[in-house]
Amino acid sequence: MTNNTRHIKVLLGKPGLDGHDQGAKVVARAMMDAGFEVIYTGLRQTPEQIARIALEEDVDVISLSSMAGSHIPFCRKLKPLLEANGLTDKLWVIGGNLPAQDHAALRELGFKGIFPSGSKLDAITEYIRKEVQ
Amino acid sequence: MNAPQKPTIKKVINESGIEVKPLYTAEDVAASGGMEMVGEPGQYPFTRGIHREMYRKQPWTMRQYAGFGNPADTNQRFKYLIANGQTGLNVAFDLPTQIGLDSDDPLAEGEIGRVGMSIDTLRDFEIAFDGIDLKKITVSLTINGAAAILIAMYLAMAEKRGYDIKELRGTAQNDILKEFIGRGTWIFPVEPSIRLVGDTIEYCATHAPKYTPVSVCGYHIRESGATPAQEMAYAFSIAKAYADDAIKRGLSVDEFAGRLSYNFNIFGNIFEQVCKFRAGRGLWAKIMKEEYGAEKPGSMWLRMIAAGGGGGLTFEQPEVNIMRGAYYALISALSGTQTMALCSYDEAYTIPTEYSARISLRTMQLLIEEMGLTETVDPLAGSFYVETMTNEMRSKMEEIMAETDAQGGIVKMVSEGTIQAKVSAQAYKMQRDIESGAFPKVGVNCYRNEQEEDHPVEFHPYNEDDARVQIEGLKRIRAERDNTAVDAALSRLRAAAAAGDNVMPALVEAVKAYASVGEMTKELVNVFGRYQEPIRF
Repeated sequence: MTNNTRHIKVLLGKPGLDGHDQGAKVVARAMMDAGFEVIYTGLRQTPEQIARIALEEDVDVISLSSMAGSHIPFCRKLKPLLEANGLTDKLWVIGGNLPAQDHAALRELGFKGIFPSGSKLDAITEYIRKEVQ
Repeated sequence: MNAPQKPTIKKVINESGIEVKPLYTAEDVAASGGMEMVGEPGQYPFTRGIHREMYRKQPWTMRQYAGFGNPADTNQRFKYLIANGQTGLNVAFDLPTQIGLDSDDPLAEGEIGRVGMSIDTLRDFEIAFDGIDLKKITVSLTINGAAAILIAMYLAMAEKRGYDIKELRGTAQNDILKEFIGRGTWIFPVEPSIRLVGDTIEYCATHAPKYTPVSVCGYHIRESGATPAQEMAYAFSIAKAYADDAIKRGLSVDEFAGRLSYNFNIFGNIFEQVCKFRAGRGLWAKIMKEEYGAEKPGSMWLRMIAAGGGGGLTFEQPEVNIMRGAYYALISALSGTQTMALCSYDEAYTIPTEYSARISLRTMQLLIEEMGLTETVDPLAGSFYVETMTNEMRSKMEEIMAETDAQGGIVKMVSEGTIQAKVSAQAYKMQRDIESGAFPKVGVNCYRNEQEEDHPVEFHPYNEDDARVQIEGLKRIRAERDNTAVDAALSRLRAAAAAGDNVMPALVEAVKAYASVGEMTKELVNVFGRYQEPIRF
């Protein structure tokens, strides 16, 4: 970490009803260790809540952790809300149990960073740092 | 190949924090406490097993976690597993059901039938268990936040089919305290949640005395980052919280303790795992006898499902998970479990297909039919290493339980998020150790395939149509049922909850009137409120 990097603020959300938060909390800690400010939402966030927190907290990155398979229907609802709030210039990232066949659809829904199970913590934080600079 | 680098002799500390020596002798056994807690199988303190003959009399029950789509889909999968030799059912519910939402709730959209089957009313249970003999196949319901409702529904379904509820066996997971630590399907705040668990224990003690209303889970605490010793110690502290509630209601320990059971995790070091179970059996027996004054041997038994855990399986080289599962099953058999299950090799990708579920089932059947694991009770007993490590694991668990008490007890620590923060910090350290190679993981940080090939994993398809069928079914029930009877039952439920009475009789009545899971949950939320998660990590 260097001193001349800019402050990065990340929203890390748990979308939908999924209760698996071990991965989200691990990633949140990695982000904090990388010097990011992390707003972790806790479980069971609706698309409306994610969009509202992203706007209110003025984050640079909107990231989601999804383990229970409902990522596509959730992101379909989230995309127009983020657009309506003028958050299209933010970096949208998603991680978790994301089958390879869903990656193209997630990209189309605006998620530029896709980190399926098996991704390394440093790969996630380095990607965010590079994209946000 | 890129094998992990290992100096010749380095200090080895197992995950629970106990040093592992290169050689053990009789002196180590003596120094760790001797053979005092070993005893005989079927006798106090039950370290060697809760029954004298163990698997000679009856092999472990095989109970793969299964459920998806609507109840008709799941009924087919249940029948497939039974036809393939499975001897018990472990029911997976979808997330809306688990947190008390009906399938037509806007929050349920996109989640119906995805990770388990969708249940709205008693009608769904009638379909799900149609044609399954509930005397021959015992059913375990993996339900927690909405457990009281689903237990009521199961008892009502069985009664309607003519079973004698007094003789009915079965299990509900119903361990809400661990849901606050990991897994996350809570609904109500901590105190009323414990009260609901108490209501089910109290109700079953008189109305369904052979039904197991609670299966206390170390499993998910381990998945959330706990060590094997913490897994068992925290589970015991949680079980004591439920036992204390039951005793406060005036039940005697021998009236309910025999119907408590446990759910534990298996991954990691073989010997640490086996010793964890042997140590835990002795410790639980001691707690029940010495602290609670239990007299019936059954009250002291650590009855359990010991299941190969997803936390040990890898996304990389998924076919290697089949071998991991085989070792986990071996550990489970060597540990003297009552029930066995395995996460399937495709766990990191999808819910199991028929194919992967069958491989898990065959893995467990191999141990019974070909490998001689049912022939002799507690075959590792008497090993200097195993007896020493069993003693040391038991001391470690006692230490952790004492620490928990010193910090105000498990209920306080869970309410404040202290346990959550602790295990999550450990999970982070473990992930870092795996990524650095400090903690070897085959296929992940050593023996990697430089070019990851396409994985031989078939995805369980999600059928969007199931949700539509489920919602239509619920609408039909709402139109056909006697809504005056439903309203009356729901208001009795609300009154019982508000008065602090046991809600189970009112729930059974509401379930029989075909009230929905969402309707009953709403009544309880109106009285109890909703849990607010402490965000600590």
